[in-house]
Amino acid sequence: MTAPLLEMRHVSKSFPGVRALDDVSFAVGPGEVVGLLGENGAGKSTLMKILAGVHRADAGEIVWDGKRTAFRSIHQAQEAGVTLIFQELSNCPNLKAIENLFLGREIFRGRSPFLDDAAMRRKALELFEYLDVRIDLDVEVRLLSTAVQQMIEIAKALLTNVKLLVMDEPTSSLTDRETSRLFKVIRELKQRGVSVVFISHKLSEVFEITDRIAVLRDGRNAGEVDAKTGTMEELINRMVGRELGSRAARVGSAVPGLEVLRVEGLSGPPVVKDVSFNLRKGEILGFAGLIGAGRTEMARILFGAAKKTGGRVLLEGKEVRIGSPRDAVALGIAYLPEDRKVQALVLPMNVRENLTLAVHRVLRRFRAFLGRKKEEELTDSYVSSLRIRIATREQVVNDLSGGNQQKVVIAKWLATRPRILILDEPTRGIDVAAKAEVHRIVSDLASQGVSIILISSELPEILALSDRVLVMHEGRVKTVLEKDQATQQTIMSAALVADGVVVRA
Amino acid sequence: MHAKGDPQPGRNIVRALVRTRESAIFLALVLLMTVIGIAAPNFLGAGNLYLVSRQISFVAIVALGELFVILTGGIDLSVGSVMALAGMGAAYAMTIGVPPPYAVLLGILVGLVMGAVNGALVAYVGIAPFIVTLGMLSFASGLVLGLTKGWPITDVPASFLPIAQGSFLGLPIPVWIAVAIAVLAHVALSTTAFGRRTYAIGGNEQATFLSGIDVKRIKFFLYLIPAACASIAGIILVARFNSAQADTGKGWELDAIAAAVIGGTSLAGGSGSVLGVLIGACIMGIIKNGLVLMRVSSYWQTAIIGIIIVLAAVLDRAKRRA
Repeated sequence: MTAPLLEMRHVSKSFPGVRALDDVSFAVGPGEVVGLLGENGAGKSTLMKILAGVHRADAGEIVWDGKRTAFRSIHQAQEAGVTLIFQELSNCPNLKAIENLFLGREIFRGRSPFLDDAAMRRKALELFEYLDVRIDLDVEVRLLSTAVQQMIEIAKALLTNVKLLVMDEPTSSLTDRETSRLFKVIRELKQRGVSVVFISHKLSEVFEITDRIAVLRDGRNAGEVDAKTGTMEELINRMVGRELGSRAARVGSAVPGLEVLRVEGLSGPPVVKDVSFNLRKGEILGFAGLIGAGRTEMARILFGAAKKTGGRVLLEGKEVRIGSPRDAVALGIAYLPEDRKVQALVLPMNVRENLTLAVHRVLRRFRAFLGRKKEEELTDSYVSSLRIRIATREQVVNDLSGGNQQKVVIAKWLATRPRILILDEPTRGIDVAAKAEVHRIVSDLASQGVSIILISSELPEILALSDRVLVMHEGRVKTVLEKDQATQQTIMSAALVADGVVVRA
Repeated sequence: MHAKGDPQPGRNIVRALVRTRESAIFLALVLLMTVIGIAAPNFLGAGNLYLVSRQISFVAIVALGELFVILTGGIDLSVGSVMALAGMGAAYAMTIGVPPPYAVLLGILVGLVMGAVNGALVAYVGIAPFIVTLGMLSFASGLVLGLTKGWPITDVPASFLPIAQGSFLGLPIPVWIAVAIAVLAHVALSTTAFGRRTYAIGGNEQATFLSGIDVKRIKFFLYLIPAACASIAGIILVARFNSAQADTGKGWELDAIAAAVIGGTSLAGGSGSVLGVLIGACIMGIIKNGLVLMRVSSYWQTAIIGIIIVLAAVLDRAKRRA
């Protein structure tokens, strides 16, 4: 390797009560794409935040471009050529694409305070052409897909003469097609000598795009894996520090139970059109499809969180009216939303308060007061049965790792003793070990008789857990596949191809 | 608590006290009283403390009501004019012969109607609380002025006056009323489902809604609380001054919000406590009184209060970052 572009040596960092990084070293060469992997809480984000000047290291040094440095702010890091693209994109949703692109880097007419719109447009189009993307400059970014927003972030980085691009979970909400376009751009950047640090939980992607994979475990270096010669098992072992059992493959539910839920012709704006399906007791029904196919929207209508314009819902043969999540919960329907931080958790509240949020009705005494003791017992029982790793039940959920946060949300819903559990991307952004545990919990629930709708963009997850797979395409049900027919190929061809188009095998 | 044979339980209690959110502002309050006590020795005189505590109790009652809506990220700007309206309503009822207890209830009812309008517009129509209650502030004060043509109602019965001017166990009655409201508010916020949901809405409204909680209904009821508290304060003020004035409560919304903010309540919602608000109200009241005793011109008083409000917010922010 030539002289590295970045070398972080023996970096340590503690937060109150946590040793986040312990003597970690990490290097990136020019034009190198390095994977940075580890379970949630392993210290990846902390390491990158130290690099970008968000946090200050307690010990250790950073050598950037041959010189010892410690950036003091994100801005200073950017000036030097380091740009972070965070998991949660940091743009202004109300501003247009072009306004976001040039935010803080506006081009002015000469030395006047007036913006040179024409020059910015020229520059933007130049960048988009280079990235080979087509983006309407005058659309507010909140209306753009995550993938397009990401491209804008990358374009923005290119405006700053970037030398190292750090991408934290860039593909977690991209479709396969969008991911491959992102990879094309990454390869293009590499050609131009830009280095990339790629943080992801999707292991196959990491092998595909990176040259080398650095692994962190519990805030320490846990070795490296060569992306060309290494294996998935080797990587997982380094991440978790132990051999994982075979990945959760579910033995289908023994006896197909009675029909619990029947949905007929469900429709609602903007995408869901005439969706019909049924769900049996103890069954896991996978919902596959591209992002934007209407799966989340369907779930939200079913749960009473979005407006229904047509169709009926029958629960155990009886038609029910679900006008709000409150109605749904009362009927024994639970919905785990796709974005746990925005939609599921009250971040400043503690584990106990979050876990019991949906069961006040059960805990109330004299119609008003929450029985503290009952609350604590309930919390403790789920903390131990779901193996939620927390210091105390009074710990604020914001401080938990993604996997433990997700378990708190699952526990919140299990406490309502649902008949039907809708899971929307239940393992998004959580680490390998926690993912396996969530899979185990889901299949246990199904065998206890809970009927589950599983929405997931990860086909292996759908295939491993589902008894049947329903594929949605542009708001409609495209097909329902029995377990023995469902494969990556059959699902993807149904998800991708519009009706009436014949796929040649 | 997990008391696992701790060798120094006493030290732990001290540590727990220091760690609570309110400890810093409580220390500030003690410091403030010491400084003013030295600068203006008559501050600590029994007569002055009696008057200050009564003055503080009015602001505290209004601020406690305000706390509930601020916890959800909302605000009620109409409390000042609701005070005037409720006071006027109760006073008018008494002048036409309604016995004082019923007149008080009637006054509170008038305030609750205003609160219900606020709540319905915020919760069910979905208008921003700032706008709704700004409109109500203007509407209710205009209503008072229009109905009374600006004249005060003076002939309130003497049997009504002790509610503000009387004392019990050496403390003014309004202080006891404020304490009772504070206890109720604390119990409601810390032990009931309603209180838990109030904090949850402030922490993450969407997640609360998706947990099957009727967020709109809670928001509606929440706006009744500042209206009720403001009405109570407004009615007691009538007894305090022997008359109902049209401009009673003018600017009180700012004092109430300031007391809440000084007490560590976040205007973004989700955090704040009854104890904090009480301390905040004490700090506000004591500073005002101290400035009077130190013969600072009333023109400068508001400027100083302004500095204190911002200072409190800055300190709170610094503490949270640490």
